[in-house]
Amino acid sequence: MSEKYLTARIDVENSTSLETIRQLGGYATAERIVKEMGRDEVTNVVLESNLRGRGGAGFPTGRKWTFMPKDFDGPRYLAVNADEGEPGTCKDRIIMEQDPHLLLEGIIIACYAISSEDAYIYIRGEYLKSYQILGRAIAEAEAAGFLGTGIMGTDATVRVHLHRGAGAYICGEETSLMESLEGHRGHPRPKPPFPAIAGLWQKPTAVNNVETIANLPAILEKGAAWYKSIGTEQSSGNLLYQVSGHVNTPGVFELPLGTTARELIEVHGGGVWKDRTLKAFIPGGISTGYLPADAIDVALDHSALMEWGTMLGTGGIIVMDETTDIVESLEILTSFYRHETCGQCAPCREGCAWSHRIIKRILDGGGTPADLDQLEEIAQLSERGRTICVFPDAISAPVRSAIEHFKDDFLARMKNGKESNVLPGATT
Amino acid sequence: MSETDPFVFPEELEAAIVALRDHYPDPHAVVIPALHHVQDAYGHLSDESLVRLGDLLDVPAAEIFGTLTFYTMFRRRPEGRFHINVCKNLTCHLTGSNELRSHIESKLGIAAGETSADGIFTLGEVECLGACTESPVLEVDGEYHFRVTPQKADEILDDYRRRAGSAPEAADDSAGADRAEPSDRSE
Repeated sequence: MSEKYLTARIDVENSTSLETIRQLGGYATAERIVKEMGRDEVTNVVLESNLRGRGGAGFPTGRKWTFMPKDFDGPRYLAVNADEGEPGTCKDRIIMEQDPHLLLEGIIIACYAISSEDAYIYIRGEYLKSYQILGRAIAEAEAAGFLGTGIMGTDATVRVHLHRGAGAYICGEETSLMESLEGHRGHPRPKPPFPAIAGLWQKPTAVNNVETIANLPAILEKGAAWYKSIGTEQSSGNLLYQVSGHVNTPGVFELPLGTTARELIEVHGGGVWKDRTLKAFIPGGISTGYLPADAIDVALDHSALMEWGTMLGTGGIIVMDETTDIVESLEILTSFYRHETCGQCAPCREGCAWSHRIIKRILDGGGTPADLDQLEEIAQLSERGRTICVFPDAISAPVRSAIEHFKDDFLARMKNGKESNVLPGATT
Repeated sequence: MSETDPFVFPEELEAAIVALRDHYPDPHAVVIPALHHVQDAYGHLSDESLVRLGDLLDVPAAEIFGTLTFYTMFRRRPEGRFHINVCKNLTCHLTGSNELRSHIESKLGIAAGETSADGIFTLGEVECLGACTESPVLEVDGEYHFRVTPQKADEILDDYRRRAGSAPEAADDSAGADRAEPSDRSE
């Protein structure tokens, strides 16, 4: 059993109070960093640790920071992405609700490293409890001098601002998040310029996920070498894996990167429920698509999943048992993308709607084999840089992988029609 | 107040909105947090409130309208006292959200998107609420309820009815009898 450093304190009584957290060593690392380390030194430790972003893309955090101009004369910002909305994902909420001071300590470290005096936590509107708990934690940390102007007796300033979203999946995309934070519709911005150069209010901005930031206190406390000793060569550290769907014991599990899907589903998730067998799983949020039961021994990290044509994503694993109709599940997913596309780019706006219409028609018994070619064509015409953001690539993954691995489910619908679904189809 | 008086916000609401400005270098960023404040105060966002907010922030009301229509949490019309949202995304679907939604629909005698006749509940279906390991998930005005069975949903609805000052449903009655009860709301 490896050491936990993200969820070590979540079950402690009063884990959200500053007093409790101080007794457990909270803010000690941030204090040492701000008083004793140079700003670039902090970035170097993070670079060396190989910490990769936990929001889904897996970009190295330290490298992201180094893209910010050093000689910029003016404010620079940290935007903390707490717009957790990728279906299957529910890890940032655990940190915010159960150990908010871990996030705040990480924010102090990140702000110090990138010379930012203002951090904005963009938190999805539905997370009211997280918002309230974080609000109280910020007030406590300000009163104790850990946040604000001249923190911990130094001349460093770190102000943390909480900002509520209002219900839009796309706002988890970093440039959409910034547009939304500035008070506009959440339309992603063309890149370049990247946020590191021209982000919030056109100033240099680092956008980092909650879990990414929560890794910083342990990295700075124990060092890059310790951190790299956890996980795999390409993927250092622990990940908050989330196992949901048709398992006996769904939950959020902090485990080293590279843990296999089998261990997560069979051991931590307690196995497929109702003594049924595994049909499919989604490895890291719905935008990573479906994998067949054969893939169960894949290590869930940044490299092994590429061999299956997908990616780690958010670590949100959705498990489907033998009774699941993949066409039915895909109708839910494409309906989601159709609803959540921001509508800015025609290939995405039209492509998501058409993909959903076609899958709905197949589900209703009116599909033909040519529909599958049509779905592939829509994917090809919309993905890989044809739009401002990667949203079309996100819908392509489940559509394509569903057809690749579960073509029989589509053909059965076409052959048997709506009423004669050959699968049991029970959902409870 | 006569009909010609301009629409104004209560003092505390106005102060809360003005205080938001301190957090941002550009007041336009206040728009979404301010809309939350206004909606919390009135239950929805009326034309008058948007015009007033525009004046207060010095942002054209049309632009505020353009922003708010992008987001699912903002409401332009009065709805029920409580908003019950059933998650419809994949994990919740796999673990029984369809059955849960149908149960609540028949219990309240309304379909998703509608408001119960007593004005207490508006039922909605929403995308992933970020609590997949606790599915199926029900959210009522920001309060999450986990692993909700139809039986548990009944208890939750009764609890909110109590908070609304209305009697909980008797165990064996039909939804109609409960709705026929006069509510405490005047007019």
